[in-house]
Amino acid sequence: MMATRTQDAASEEIERGSSLWRDAWLRMGKNKIAIVSLVVFIITCLLCFGFAWFCKDPIQQDLTNKFASPSGEHWLGTDAMGRDLFSRILYGGQISILVGLVATFVAVTIGVTYGAISGFYGGRVDTIMMRIVDTLLSIPFLMVVIVLQAVLSEWSGTTSKWIVEHWGWNKDFTNRATNVLPLFFALGLFGWLTLARIVRAQVLSLKEREFVEAATSLGLSNLRILFRHIIPNTLGPTVVYATLTVPGFIMYEATLSYLGLGVESPNSSWGILIKEGANYLETNPQLLILPGIFFSLTLFALNFLGDGLRDALDVRASKD
Amino acid sequence: MSEEDNITGNAPHVNESTLLEVEDLKMHFPVRGGVFSRQVGAVRAVDGVSLSIGRGETLGLVGESGCGKSTLGKAIVRLLNPTGGSVRFKGSDITHMWQRQLRPLRQDFQMVFQDPAESLDARMSVGELVAEPMVIQRMGNREQRRERVAELLDRVGLPRSAAQKFSFEFSGGQRQRIGIARALAVNPDLLVLDEPVSALDVSVQSQVLNLLMELQRDLGLSYLFIAHDLAVVKHVSDRIAVMYLGKIVEMTGADELYRNPRHAYTKALIEAIPVSDPSQRRDHEPLEGEVPSPINPPPGCAFGHRVSAPGYEESIGMDISLKEIEPGHWISDCPCCVSVQPAAGIIVS
Repeated sequence: MMATRTQDAASEEIERGSSLWRDAWLRMGKNKIAIVSLVVFIITCLLCFGFAWFCKDPIQQDLTNKFASPSGEHWLGTDAMGRDLFSRILYGGQISILVGLVATFVAVTIGVTYGAISGFYGGRVDTIMMRIVDTLLSIPFLMVVIVLQAVLSEWSGTTSKWIVEHWGWNKDFTNRATNVLPLFFALGLFGWLTLARIVRAQVLSLKEREFVEAATSLGLSNLRILFRHIIPNTLGPTVVYATLTVPGFIMYEATLSYLGLGVESPNSSWGILIKEGANYLETNPQLLILPGIFFSLTLFALNFLGDGLRDALDVRASKD
Repeated sequence: MSEEDNITGNAPHVNESTLLEVEDLKMHFPVRGGVFSRQVGAVRAVDGVSLSIGRGETLGLVGESGCGKSTLGKAIVRLLNPTGGSVRFKGSDITHMWQRQLRPLRQDFQMVFQDPAESLDARMSVGELVAEPMVIQRMGNREQRRERVAELLDRVGLPRSAAQKFSFEFSGGQRQRIGIARALAVNPDLLVLDEPVSALDVSVQSQVLNLLMELQRDLGLSYLFIAHDLAVVKHVSDRIAVMYLGKIVEMTGADELYRNPRHAYTKALIEAIPVSDPSQRRDHEPLEGEVPSPINPPPGCAFGHRVSAPGYEESIGMDISLKEIEPGHWISDCPCCVSVQPAAGIIVS
């Protein structure tokens, strides 16, 4: 019973047991598809956010050189306005991936906090908060986005002008940035609803667990129990859901842009490129196919990554 | 068991250094029903329990599942808000204190839970778990706390390297040691042990029990030891309280309880302890029936009702309360369950 009382203090500092995230990471390492997906996604990000700066101007038109085939000059050829397709795809990727990530971040922040509070306090608070979610979910998403976009795009135009005048920012850059703001806003506003439900359901069951009771008996306040014990325990499902919503948001962006409600030409995004490419489907299918390949590859990668994460974060399945 | 006196059990009840005093504690849970969820009844989980625990003493609390013993433990550490009665700890009444007022006092009483797999947060390392009570009580700085965690792990017989691991990497017995280390972190005087070994293998149970007794000897702890198994309680307790349907039916020194059980329910429980020698067959009839519903308890003695004891009719309408029949031997004063002569035949029919 008096087990191993003498443990070398020095060795103990070096020896670290496995942590949850490290374990998850190791488990994911064994999942080849997930790793390949991760690599694909990272490469795409590097291309879009790093390599793009060394490419040609994606807005620069050259009407004498329309629909050019791939060459040393234009790696993937040019589009209907003679713009370099490769650099348009990369710049478009910036917008698409950013929309996915930022909207997910907003959705996770709001969704987790809202759901956790609703589930933890329960009773009337829970009823009211969840009915609000139900109401919002019953509104057609696309319709609201259309309205928001209409209202906010005017606002974004004036904001852009104001910033250029007062702060002296680069005009193109400011335009690009404010152009997508309404989109972020609209997606973030609705994206958290499902997550709030998921987190609430988690919290409802977690708060009845004995470790919460144990924390109470130690004298932890409700708020600290919520943030120190309950929310960390919901992180597994949250991370998985978040990874799976990133491609969802990218899709939404594409859909909206395709419908002419999201990013506006001459700015590019994958949705815009696919929309423009679709016009020349019969004569120049590469204008549709090439951005489509980037788009679907990224979506595939993110979906497989989410699946891999779900398997990796399932602590009990692998430990017990 | 440092002192002889504690084992005999008669002395501690009138101990002047009483740590915990529970008086007429009631814990009723409302039962709601109907369209407007009006209160239509109450689960009388704990219904008027009085007990006290002295310094360095172990009070065992036994009873079948559903008799309210865990609820009693939770009400004492104020995980629940008692409906009535009072809990006094070191002289101060904590029955209706706010959690915030209670926090500094919690340093002196801690709880160990039944299932360590459930009561330890799987997202925190063992080091964080054990340090958490100290963080709450603002004890020491990071470095001192780490030092103390290592000491505590030593103390409960775990390697120091355990601090960096997670609770699910340990076996059941080791996890319970973590739970004990966590409870000990703030130097409490009283531990409420809610079936601390019930979830463990029998071989591991005795190790944990020995650890608990050793800790008590070294640190002068008091225990409220909750269990459903008299055999386990007998081993560690100075005094034992037997609980049935929210009430204590018999309370006396551990040895006295075995030598001279007076309540029919206590006798039935002692009868039910398995004997390890198969040749030593005992002819006792197992207790029949279920514990009555605490929502709708029988009008008379709850145990007499269950076994349809001959004197049950007498008990209807009586105010059954604990009486001290001998110094230190308290028994519920019920005509149908109490045998007059010590160690008489079994009344359970």
